[in-house]
Amino acid sequence: MQEVKKDNILQPPMPSCWNEETKPHKFCPGCGHGIILKALGEAIDELGIKDKLVYGCDIGCSLLAWDFFAVDTVQTHHGRTTPVITGIKRANPEVIGVAYMGDGGGYAIGSQHLFNAAVRNEKITVILCNNCNYGMTGGQMAPTTLPGMKTETTPYGRDTEQTGQPTKGPEMVAAVAPEGAYVARGTIANVRQLKGFLKKALENQIAGNGFSFVEALASCPTNWRTNAKQTWEFVEKDMPQYFKIGELRTPQGKEG
Amino acid sequence: MAEVSLEGEQRVFMTGNEVVAWAAVAAKVDIIYGYPITPQNEIMHYWTRLAPKYGKKFLQTEDEISAGFATLGGVLAGRKAFTASAGPGNVLMQESASMAEMMRLPIVYVIQQRGGPSTATVIYAQQEVTLTTFGGNGEGHRIVYSTATHQEIFDYTIKAFNMAWTYRFPTFILGDGYQAKMREPLTMYNPEERGMELVKPEPIIGDTTPGKKFKHLRNTYNTEDELYDVVMSNQRDWEAMAPQVIEWDEMGCDDADVILLTHGIVSRAAKGAYDQLRAEGKKVGFFRPITLRPFPDEQLKKAIKNAKKLFIAESAYGQLVKLVQNAIYGSTIEIVPMLRPGVGITTEELVDEYNKL
Amino acid sequence: MAKVIKIALAGEGGQGVQSIAEILAEAANEEGKQALYIPNFGVEQRGGVSIAYVQISDGPIGAPKFQKADILIPLSPRAVNRTKIHAGPNTVYIYDNSLIQEGEVNDNIIGIQYYDVTPPCPTAGMPGAPETNVEMPNHDLQQELIAGEPKTCSFTKSGPGIDPADVPSEVKRVIPIPANDIARNELHPRVFNMIILGAVIAATQVLPLESIKQALEAKLGDKFKANPDLRDMNFKALERGYEIIKGSM
Repeated sequence: MQEVKKDNILQPPMPSCWNEETKPHKFCPGCGHGIILKALGEAIDELGIKDKLVYGCDIGCSLLAWDFFAVDTVQTHHGRTTPVITGIKRANPEVIGVAYMGDGGGYAIGSQHLFNAAVRNEKITVILCNNCNYGMTGGQMAPTTLPGMKTETTPYGRDTEQTGQPTKGPEMVAAVAPEGAYVARGTIANVRQLKGFLKKALENQIAGNGFSFVEALASCPTNWRTNAKQTWEFVEKDMPQYFKIGELRTPQGKEG
Repeated sequence: MAEVSLEGEQRVFMTGNEVVAWAAVAAKVDIIYGYPITPQNEIMHYWTRLAPKYGKKFLQTEDEISAGFATLGGVLAGRKAFTASAGPGNVLMQESASMAEMMRLPIVYVIQQRGGPSTATVIYAQQEVTLTTFGGNGEGHRIVYSTATHQEIFDYTIKAFNMAWTYRFPTFILGDGYQAKMREPLTMYNPEERGMELVKPEPIIGDTTPGKKFKHLRNTYNTEDELYDVVMSNQRDWEAMAPQVIEWDEMGCDDADVILLTHGIVSRAAKGAYDQLRAEGKKVGFFRPITLRPFPDEQLKKAIKNAKKLFIAESAYGQLVKLVQNAIYGSTIEIVPMLRPGVGITTEELVDEYNKL
Repeated sequence: MAKVIKIALAGEGGQGVQSIAEILAEAANEEGKQALYIPNFGVEQRGGVSIAYVQISDGPIGAPKFQKADILIPLSPRAVNRTKIHAGPNTVYIYDNSLIQEGEVNDNIIGIQYYDVTPPCPTAGMPGAPETNVEMPNHDLQQELIAGEPKTCSFTKSGPGIDPADVPSEVKRVIPIPANDIARNELHPRVFNMIILGAVIAATQVLPLESIKQALEAKLGDKFKANPDLRDMNFKALERGYEIIKGSM
């Protein structure tokens, strides 16, 4: 990691796999993406896999990461990052393929691809940012929107009778993925743990065991319309009521 | 959100997306299925807000393929239903549109064009003309209206439901990101108060009246000949429908040397150019297809009879030109294209290009 | 053909450019004129440069965007650069010569796609403004309230401001107006855009100032009723901007 002195003040270190030229990044103030990508960057640095990495991102706010890393990146269509990275990895198994997306890209339009990649135990790492809404397009309901939560397409609050309960993605993946898969859910409220999960997910791919999937609970104060205090309360208290933090599957069938 | 009563005539000032939502209420639409994609998201935002008051239904589906097919379900059930999309979402909507074409289902799509291909920009283009007029498998039958003003968005959205339920072809309202996001005035009204008849939908399947006869619907056929008969039957219905549905606008083509041909929002700039050039004594004409399908072939052939040049301007690379060439095949008029894919066109730019001719 | 007045406003995200444009267009519509307003959208919802295009006419209006503006109003150094293409020989060029600090967001990003055409509440955070609803606070959050470094411009910190040398030379007239400074020092930072709106009215001569006050009343009437000081502040700002430009024209 680089330590940078700017105006004679020590800046927080930036992962060396980050693309310096595109920092400060484009995410909103308080956005969870920045934190997840920092954890991911550190994990990549610690594993020394920068040169083998191909990073795919979806549309939506994850698309803002198209020039984020100093690695080959492909921004795909909505929900199609998983199949694209699958395609790359199968054609060239030397690559470490990371598919990065939001709740829509993984659990709505991309759900069939996520499900099937898990069933086939694709040797890729899927990382999903769960912030309970579709941020880029202005805050519509996402599969992970909490019951009663107001969004642009649930202006009176999410009615679970009409639209179902929040999607539990890692649980679904854990239920269908064969032995060798790694599945976990972390949170930006515990970055050290999240980084640990991301590292294990990447190690799982490096070892060639199988599919690895990490969901990270994240913040979106812009569309939640919350101030700093409310934002953290939502991530730390409200979201974990529906989305349990921890490892759901580790290889050799051991539960985390 | 504006206070709209839909009783009597009301002058309002709002964005194009909001107009679509109110037009759907005026047309007595029951349900929308949709998926977010810029620049049409606000149609859903406004619909979900007015839904409780007007007893309307809504579902945000998992993607555009689902939204399109769920909307087909809605019309099969005999309800007025529509969905909206743009760009890559429009590409996905073609799957359901193609089923609607074969099965003659009265579905309405609102398309707000954005840059393309792929994700491109979320802002504006006229680059979905080919996709919207000939998407699906590329030859199916559908009706496409290209609007230019908010008043037209209101009027033609209401008309789209009437046309769809009368003639049973999927019907598209083709707008664009500028129309979706800009604000301008229009007059809203209750169509029935103006003496317009709203075609009543009826269940295609799922009529739960006891003892009614069942229906079997399919879109697959076994032999080449069977398919030929079905497609040709649709073609005959299409040809019978076309004269009732074709709409276009033209000015000054009789004595024009150069005819400006544009569609959608660009036609506003063209109208300004027409007025300005005529005021300068230039012999210029104006032609605007309002229905891109069925295209006003005969009307265009007649309009260009005496002209020397056909100046076609579009915010795309040749999609309108292709429709025109197809329509006037055999004519030797010189086509002068002004192609600005994904970029707006102003009156000043049209006049500049005209002066270069 | 009736003349169409073309107004382009540009500023940092958070300066309230879209607010001004919307009120202007609505006031024109109320006066029985044709009005067309479109924000630039597709990029830079949070920070970067925000541009609004307004056209007002007694007759029909053509394309929603235009090339050369009759009135061009950039409110930050980056806005000056971004709107150079809209300056022509007939343009009246009004710029804010306060020392304003720009936001940090790269101006050319592929950014957030959503731009809520309904502008943020102009009274947000003002002294005496009604309490924000915690459940769904009004749409304009002060950037200081959001964790992380502020990305949009600051109303209170000073920066280098617009360099007069950057102002295009081939325009009809150039009028600097220290709107941000006036707002910050004499009124309230939040009414900065009202000063600009007053300036636009004086420059275009297309609407009476009264119509703007009515449009504001229609929009913010409830908030004004709850706190009449808000009305005074906003109207004072309008008049101030109006007087400055009127004197310069």
